[in-house]
Amino acid sequence: MTRLPYDGVVLTAPVSVPYERYTNESAHWWIARALREALKKASVTPQELDGLSVSSFTLAPDTPVGLTQHFGISPRWLDTVPMGGASGVAAMRRAARAVQCGDVDVVACVAGDTNRIDSFRNLLSAFSRFSMDATFPYGFGGPNASFALLQDAYCHTYGATREDFGKIAVSQRANALHNPHAIMKKPLSLAQYMAGRMISDPISLFDCVMPCAGSEAFVMMREEMAVAKGLPYARISATIERTNAFPDDPMQLRGGWVVDIEELWDMAGHGPDAIDVLQTYDDYPVICMMQFEDLGFCAKGEGAEFVRRHDLTIGGGFPHNTSGGQLSVGQAGAAGGYLGLVEAIRQVTCTAGPTQVEGAKRAAVSGFGVINYDRGLCSAAAVIEGVNR
Amino acid sequence: MTTPLTLPPKKDPQKRTKVPVLPPVARGRAALGLGVMAAQGRFGLQVCSECAAIQYPPRDACVKCMSEDLAWQDVDPTGKVMAETTIRVSPEPYFRERMPWRMGAVQLAVGPTLNCHLHGEIGRGDAVRMALKLDKAGQGVLIALPLKGSDVMQDDPVLRAMSCDPKHRRILISDARAPMALALTQAMLSAGAAHVFLGEPEAWLSWPERAELEGMENVSIMPLDVTDVSSVAKLAAEIGGKVDILINTASYVRVGGIMDNDTSFASNSFEVNALGLMRLAQGFGRAMSGRVQDGINSAAAFVNILSVRALSPDANYGAFGASQAAARSISQSLRAEFQSSGMRMMNVYIGPIEGDAWFQPLPPPKVTPNAIARSVVSGLVDGLEEVTCGDIARDVYARWQADALLLEREMTGGGS
Repeated sequence: MTRLPYDGVVLTAPVSVPYERYTNESAHWWIARALREALKKASVTPQELDGLSVSSFTLAPDTPVGLTQHFGISPRWLDTVPMGGASGVAAMRRAARAVQCGDVDVVACVAGDTNRIDSFRNLLSAFSRFSMDATFPYGFGGPNASFALLQDAYCHTYGATREDFGKIAVSQRANALHNPHAIMKKPLSLAQYMAGRMISDPISLFDCVMPCAGSEAFVMMREEMAVAKGLPYARISATIERTNAFPDDPMQLRGGWVVDIEELWDMAGHGPDAIDVLQTYDDYPVICMMQFEDLGFCAKGEGAEFVRRHDLTIGGGFPHNTSGGQLSVGQAGAAGGYLGLVEAIRQVTCTAGPTQVEGAKRAAVSGFGVINYDRGLCSAAAVIEGVNR
Repeated sequence: MTTPLTLPPKKDPQKRTKVPVLPPVARGRAALGLGVMAAQGRFGLQVCSECAAIQYPPRDACVKCMSEDLAWQDVDPTGKVMAETTIRVSPEPYFRERMPWRMGAVQLAVGPTLNCHLHGEIGRGDAVRMALKLDKAGQGVLIALPLKGSDVMQDDPVLRAMSCDPKHRRILISDARAPMALALTQAMLSAGAAHVFLGEPEAWLSWPERAELEGMENVSIMPLDVTDVSSVAKLAAEIGGKVDILINTASYVRVGGIMDNDTSFASNSFEVNALGLMRLAQGFGRAMSGRVQDGINSAAAFVNILSVRALSPDANYGAFGASQAAARSISQSLRAEFQSSGMRMMNVYIGPIEGDAWFQPLPPPKVTPNAIARSVVSGLVDGLEEVTCGDIARDVYARWQADALLLEREMTGGGS
């Protein structure tokens, strides 16, 4: 069956609450800040908000149900998306259908997490049953070790080098220098990247994100409401998601995008060439490279060559992770799964300010998440397009 | 590739002994099966009873057909290292003290990909054999080993932490008069033990093997009577801080069933076989538990040599069997108490011993002192918790594991 287009539903009010390395505030506090600012930006009162989608790792013992009483809102549609780095796109595509079908009028999508001293270790320890049973007893390297194995196999198979990953990280840092809210504020040279100490070979210091606290949000509504409120907005051209693709691959050298990528571009009505700005999920540069391949920007195994041939900065020919990405802005738990989408909404609505790519109209966003055992299980992607007013 | 371990210098009493910290302990229920396999030195995974798919990580429903009938079975341990990493940063205290730490992903020839520890002699691309070992948390973990390792492959630090290798360690054998004491002493010294202490009860009674033991280098005979609290305390005060492996060989055997036997024999059986172990644990257990991470010659294991009659009695040795069952129960409680320190409690189950006068009426097969010594050494080297030695012990243990109630009927009612 041909999928219906997302006609009549729009994205608006992108919000990023500036991240902090450590905080004493709760996830509730961070989520409230993003939600409040997004509603304000969308000219929606809490009473008008009838839909809410939440992603967070650190709400325990609460769930998003508890948040409704905490915040005094009475939504008729409540969702929670536990897909880690794929949460933003996944939340958006669920909410889009609910708005489109009239189950709900306005949905705020929000993701946020706290980061107290030692909370990252505790979060890891309780991350998943398979990781507790079959990953952490082996040196407890956390995601660094899991991605090190992936990168080791990837480089061995396709011949990518540390310099190639370095170029991704260095370009994102150059972008981040335009973003006043990035945690990383110092320039990064390739020489500095190469000199970064090994964390879990071949993953080195500047391949890793900084765990921090923060939150991100956006609002979805019917197009006529956005027009009536005079809001800048973006339409959704296409989306895909896939969980646990290729379970028989002995090592993860490709993500779930590969299964659905033709459908993404068919639905969008154009190919990757028409994309003005790309936001990939960047918990490690090797995953960005895998997305360049699996989203169709280059062939499998040619990610390194693609990186060598392109300028990935805001002013370059292939603007990528324009806010600086998680590598430079920081990883605020589940908000990391929103960061690229929120920046993409800003880009295509020409509201990105200092990180704005000139003339950006179409953006592709992809997410990747949940290392349940030895690989990321969730993948998702979307193409969005700004509307000229 | 493995650096051979050398005998460590004497410890500086002014330095703090490293406090035992454990690798991650928490596991889901299904994953406990890895430890059950590791404790016996077996390599096995869950196998679906309906579609034969081999599963990893351990789970509750088959990855291919969703059947919940997943049985633990021995599987082919060969595989290939697909990727490796050297972890240099970890938030976990146990690994932080041991950085850098190598681990990798091994694809088994039979299918699943296993995240595992890597022995120092292997790396990406190598063909390996997988083993399940008990780590210091007492949990079953996977380690990839070379197909043919070097002579010193046991000295690899990762493997050594999962083993109770006697090499460079100091051993206390609780009863020098036990039939296997001499063979054990020789085997421990050949395995590289730094010193063997032997406890001698009732020193005024002469016994034939004393002279031979007295003449051996790095062997000391010390007074020790496991039925006497003050004797145990006295020896513990003297050498308790340098016993790394304690092997309880003390045993009291008398023939006879329950109705017609003298209860004083039964009482002696319990005093030696069960309470003797308890006294040794009280005298030596705490100090050993505190020294589990005290360098190369750290404390490692308590070994209890048990008759397999601990599992299922022979009516002709009724009181003896009861005392062995009690001793096994004490072993298991001790194992639980040792868990927080990383000390290993190893039970070695044996059948009737060749040459032991108290088993004289029993027909062969019997187990020789040398075989017992070999089993103790290999069990320690492999880091096991449950070891069987000899045909009778192996047979009874397997039948007990399969169906304990059926075993009882077989013991009394034949079944041929």
